[in-house]
Amino acid sequence: MDTKSLRFKIIDGLYIAMMIIPVIIGIVIQVLTKPESSGITITGARIFFTIPMPIQNLLITEAQLNSAVVIVVILGICLFMTHGLSKDIKLKRQHLAEIIVEKIDAMVNENMGEYFKGFSPFIIAILALSGLSSLMSLLGLFPPTSDINIVAGWAILVFILITYYKLKGGFLSYLKGFTEPIFVMTPLNILGEIATPVSMAFRHYGNIMSGSVIAVLIAVALQGLSNMVLGWLPGALGDIPFLQMGIPAVLSLYFDIFSGCIQAYIFAMLTMLNISGAFPQDEFEKRMKKKLAKKEKVLQINN
Amino acid sequence: MELAIGIILGCCALGAGLCMGIGALGPGIGEGNAVSKACEAIGRQPESKSAVSSTMIMGCAIAETTGIYALVIAILLIFVAPNILINILVNAVK
Repeated sequence: MDTKSLRFKIIDGLYIAMMIIPVIIGIVIQVLTKPESSGITITGARIFFTIPMPIQNLLITEAQLNSAVVIVVILGICLFMTHGLSKDIKLKRQHLAEIIVEKIDAMVNENMGEYFKGFSPFIIAILALSGLSSLMSLLGLFPPTSDINIVAGWAILVFILITYYKLKGGFLSYLKGFTEPIFVMTPLNILGEIATPVSMAFRHYGNIMSGSVIAVLIAVALQGLSNMVLGWLPGALGDIPFLQMGIPAVLSLYFDIFSGCIQAYIFAMLTMLNISGAFPQDEFEKRMKKKLAKKEKVLQINN
Repeated sequence: MELAIGIILGCCALGAGLCMGIGALGPGIGEGNAVSKACEAIGRQPESKSAVSSTMIMGCAIAETTGIYALVIAILLIFVAPNILINILVNAVK
């Protein structure tokens, strides 16, 4: 493919637009629907509209809209990075894409083992989704990860995967796993099974949401403090919240960027460890051997 | 009526404060322990700094979990519980 041709550049431009336009749409919707309120308040995700459903009404909230925005942005990034791949590397972005793929492959191989080779796309998807969702608060949007429903959805997905890989060792050995070390422990084991997704969801959600709550509390406190210091000045001079300039930005460096990235990494890491820990290697090999022996027997009888 | 609502609000605030205060003790001690051991390890073997610090951050984040649970409960107590409890009280009085 000719990377200098006009067609290539137009498609490139389309992909870049795909990365930027959803974010702009999100900001516009945020600005248009933000209710007028005096002062700084702490609220959850705003509900845009509800769709009536048989069991419970389906709520379309800010968190869902913003996570859709993140998904489209990630799709744009992926298409942009892989556009114009070639054997003899022509573009700089191909180096970056290769570095990311190699790093994630190495990480998955190191933490999960040979059997779970195909898991790297899933892990990088979780990493990118979680990281970019948390970083959305830098743009003033509602970060989807500070809504428990979004994170709980991911945790339930991980829980399903964990159960699927536990069942790989046979249904009976899965049931037997609950009665170990002795059968009295069964209720505790079931609780422990449920605790995994709950703790994953709460950890991620709590970290991101606590950051935004603390940021709001500090902003209010700084407003009060600067009022106290400058309040004796006449007129508009006394209303300048001079302490609010700069200090919240330093805090957002920790709460938004560092905490968000660390939580994304930890969520991906725990996903890997939980799934690979759930897979019963010995039982699976035994079962495969039995199956092979059965197949051979059938073949011999047929012959 | 006002007295009852006042007691509800006060108890919610008190509960949230106690929850956060007691709940932060454990993770604080645990994380301090982890970081001190990591510092010792880096001091003994400076070349293993990157591996030790990444493991330490991972461990710290997991040790933080119980503190985060306390935080979630405290936030529920401050922002969610008073409204629900006051609604229950008002309905009961009616």
